[in-house]
Amino acid sequence: MTSLRIFAVGGLISFRALFHWLSPSIYIPSLIVAPLFQILLFAYIGRSAGLASDEFYVVGNAIQYAAIPCLFAMTNIVGGEKFQQTLGAILVSPAPRLPLFFGRAVPVVVNGAFVAAVALLAGTIVLGVDIPASAAPSLAVVILVAAFSCTGLGLITAALALRIRETAVLTNVLFGFLLIFTGANIPLDDLPGWMQNVSDVLPFTHAIAAARELADGASLTSVLDLIGEELLIGLVFAFLGYWLLRFFELQGRRHSTLDRS
Amino acid sequence: MNALRLIYVGWLFQFKQLSRSSFDSFLAILWPLFFATVAFFMFRQGGNPDALIYAGLGAAVMGIWTATSVAAGSALQRERWYGTLEILVAAPAHFSLVLLPIGLATACIGIYCMVTTLLWGRVLFGIDFPLDEPLAFALAVPATLLSIGALGFLMAVAFARYRTAWALGSMTEYPIWLICGFLVPLALLPNWVPPISWALAPTWGMNAIRESSTGGTPFPDIAMCIVLGAAYVTIGVLLTNSVLRAARAKASLSLT
Repeated sequence: MTSLRIFAVGGLISFRALFHWLSPSIYIPSLIVAPLFQILLFAYIGRSAGLASDEFYVVGNAIQYAAIPCLFAMTNIVGGEKFQQTLGAILVSPAPRLPLFFGRAVPVVVNGAFVAAVALLAGTIVLGVDIPASAAPSLAVVILVAAFSCTGLGLITAALALRIRETAVLTNVLFGFLLIFTGANIPLDDLPGWMQNVSDVLPFTHAIAAARELADGASLTSVLDLIGEELLIGLVFAFLGYWLLRFFELQGRRHSTLDRS
Repeated sequence: MNALRLIYVGWLFQFKQLSRSSFDSFLAILWPLFFATVAFFMFRQGGNPDALIYAGLGAAVMGIWTATSVAAGSALQRERWYGTLEILVAAPAHFSLVLLPIGLATACIGIYCMVTTLLWGRVLFGIDFPLDEPLAFALAVPATLLSIGALGFLMAVAFARYRTAWALGSMTEYPIWLICGFLVPLALLPNWVPPISWALAPTWGMNAIRESSTGGTPFPDIAMCIVLGAAYVTIGVLLTNSVLRAARAKASLSLT
């Protein structure tokens, strides 16, 4: 029961506490307007290069942009606590770590999915892309899985935040890699072989492919394999991130570096 | 003379400070490279070598705007955090002489990015950048830098009353890349967009750099870039007076 309370209440309070600064004056420009312009930028580059349809870029960039809320928010579960000097108090508590860290991930997944869904809707309307309304529930599932998968990667950056100071640089760099490698803008077949191999194990790659098929009218059951792969990648990253969090926490205690800022 | 000295010393100080911040220098260089890489892949698949040169030059200038947009947008907020804003405003020198070097320094960080992107395109994607008019190119680059710095200065002043100026600055990144024709010809954009683009100095700077590289008539573009840059500085100075008057009257400079 205590674990459930730490998971649900702790996660929600933590999200609200760490993101008190995420007011509309930041949320709207950063998480509503920016993804729409990223979609427009690549859709117009796509038109100029004569490479793919607008739908390709709307779907790819809307989902890929979930990386911003997912990576930044997860990294902040450590970076933010460190900045507010509350990290020591949390880590000295006897609270079980699994619900403590995973509870904090749930609002992040929901927020990431919301950002991607709004971007997808806005991009569709602005560029006049025709996506069947019947695909909306299936797309919602894919977006949620994509946000979960990226939040798993975010747990790794959260763990790294226990050891490094410049977390904003790290998360931005990861966002850039996801932009190149996940097929959001470059068809995977056009990437060199080694890059395709990397793409296969990154969040978003399979979700974007699934979402594109759904937007073209495929059924949810026909993309279950892609969703399954995306989910698996998310789970692997999440548990790797959790293990790293525990590892760096122990290292931090041993070397007295938890509050290094 | 004193004003020029203050601008120079301010620029040097800010440039050194920004160079030592991994967020404002290392990331400012790396960030546009990700977008440049995607654009290079996309245009290479399109199979048009001229388009690849077009994109390569555009991507190189993108970095100047990236370095400027966030850092200049949040310049005043940064001084607030340091606790130096009130001291700078109270100093006898006009406040615009403090802000202008910040805009210029942020734009100059973009030089690193420009060089890196051109090298990136040359080495990894084999883009052979022509240089038809070296003199015009040598004029176009500093003119573009100065005008983007002036736009950064104007943004810094315009966002003075916003605590979340960095978010507004960051928000302008993609739109400017798009509507100033860095990667996409203006002709492809909706008809109502180009008139906005023409009011933006980066559009003319970009044209000047392209035309001096691939051939054309870059000098009118350079002149237009400088005229618009001067206009931004003039508007910025006037706006500084108005913003400071209002902040003093309402005691709202610190936004606490």
